[in-house]
Amino acid sequence: MKPAVPRASRSQLAIMVERVIEGLVYICGISAIIFVFGIFFFVFKEGAPFLAKLNFTEFFFSKEWIPTSSVQPKYGIGALIVGTVSVTALAMLIAVPFGLGAAVFVSEFCTGKTKETLKITIELLAAIPSVVWGFIGLSVMSPVIISVFHVPVGVNLLNAALLLALMSVPIMVSIGEDALKAVPDSYREAGIALGATKWQLIYRVLIPAAKNGLLAAVLLGVGRAIGETMAVLMATGHAVNIPDSIFDPVRTLTATIAAELGETSHGSPHYQVLFLIGVVLFSITAVVNLAADFIVKGIKRK
Amino acid sequence: MTKKIQVENLRTFYGTKEVHHGISFDIEQNEIFAIIGPAQSGKTTLLRAINRTLEFTPGTKMTGTIKVDGEDVQKTRDVYGLRRKIGMVAPLPVGLPLTIYDNVAFAPRSSGINDKGFLDAHVEKCLRQSALWDEVKDRLDSLGTKLSGGQQQRLTIARALSHQPEILCLDEFSIAIDPVTTMRIEDVLKELKKEMTIILVTNLVQQARRLAARTMFLWNGDIIELDRNEVMFSDNTKDKRTYEYVNGIFG
Repeated sequence: MKPAVPRASRSQLAIMVERVIEGLVYICGISAIIFVFGIFFFVFKEGAPFLAKLNFTEFFFSKEWIPTSSVQPKYGIGALIVGTVSVTALAMLIAVPFGLGAAVFVSEFCTGKTKETLKITIELLAAIPSVVWGFIGLSVMSPVIISVFHVPVGVNLLNAALLLALMSVPIMVSIGEDALKAVPDSYREAGIALGATKWQLIYRVLIPAAKNGLLAAVLLGVGRAIGETMAVLMATGHAVNIPDSIFDPVRTLTATIAAELGETSHGSPHYQVLFLIGVVLFSITAVVNLAADFIVKGIKRK
Repeated sequence: MTKKIQVENLRTFYGTKEVHHGISFDIEQNEIFAIIGPAQSGKTTLLRAINRTLEFTPGTKMTGTIKVDGEDVQKTRDVYGLRRKIGMVAPLPVGLPLTIYDNVAFAPRSSGINDKGFLDAHVEKCLRQSALWDEVKDRLDSLGTKLSGGQQQRLTIARALSHQPEILCLDEFSIAIDPVTTMRIEDVLKELKKEMTIILVTNLVQQARRLAARTMFLWNGDIIELDRNEVMFSDNTKDKRTYEYVNGIFG
């Protein structure tokens, strides 16, 4: 029996076109990998010649960063690493409770107009350029810190951490709110029907259900904080220093590259070391992301 | 017989759409009370009005009174206590994204019970009652959401029993469960009747006939007929539509 609808035979051209499209999609798929490795390769290539002359112990652990000395330049980034880590850690200490708290508030407690207004405002906060944040740090935050805490300098670890917290909170709220919104309403109703109060519902049901998304929100915040350059350049005080308290000025890896790369001559040791700092930064973010991946996988396996 | 639930002139609305047009009925203590009726007749909405989860859907409204143990649910000062008094099983299983154990221990923990020995025994008891214990006893710490549909449904029954409710609302509980397991759970329900009042919403007319003492036929938000099963499932129903629905002639 002949089929009622004639079966269309595919032309040679259609098959060819499909092959080409398949290939293009494949290239799109692996392009992210190519770019990541490409960037790493080029950054590494610029810094690599210096590796032979580099004293690794001094590079990672010395706090003496005197790259422009004509007599005896010193390339120790210990203080810079401590600067980046301490600013990021303090910023996250402030931002994570606020960010996740705000996400829960927007997602679970707000309705209608309040919710829309809040979401738009928070997204607006995310759109403020980092140089403007830096400016706020210099001209607003700094005098406030001086007068509130009675310290001699207002541009310090605390100032930069507050700015970074303010910058990463909007991202955490947006992503965290999306994660909570993705939890099906049936979970909420089931929890409530069991007599759970709003808080019990949130920490027993919603947060476990959305934990992957919430973790992603936190990590995006961490990523933003580690990579931020302009605001920390302006607000940390930019002094090579291992801080004793949150009121000490510090200097970060990113700010060092931004401030000094333009002043070096192409191919000089200083130039190459700055690229190695780039490699270090790149490695830190890679480790953070990988750790997050393992954590998420661990949660899933459980 | 004491009246466990008294519904008086209940009208409910989703936005401007009226679901119930002023219905009144009582449910007695320790009875199995069946509600039958076609889709869209307001069966689920009724249950959600009783445990006050209806208010979580925006735009809903209700008038009239529902009293549980003589207390108006709209005016109760302890809405969480009210909800703990009522076990609710939804038609589609909702395994919370927790382990099987935590799913069942959720409600006792919510009311502040953390004693491990008690919880262990209690979880086992609830899972046995819902005919799930033998299948999951070796993997209580795996995710409840990984169970099959029918197992998840029995998990939700165990969960509904876990807070020792005085009223158990089953909303088409047997949709996802095979007939053999359904019969096992029905036997459990007959036992549970001694301890609690059971409201059974079902599309299976025969299930209502098997289990309930009284059945209510709800249609388009009105009570067509409410009577003892001997009447509802006989040839002398007061309303012709009841006879036709029960016997599958319309609906």
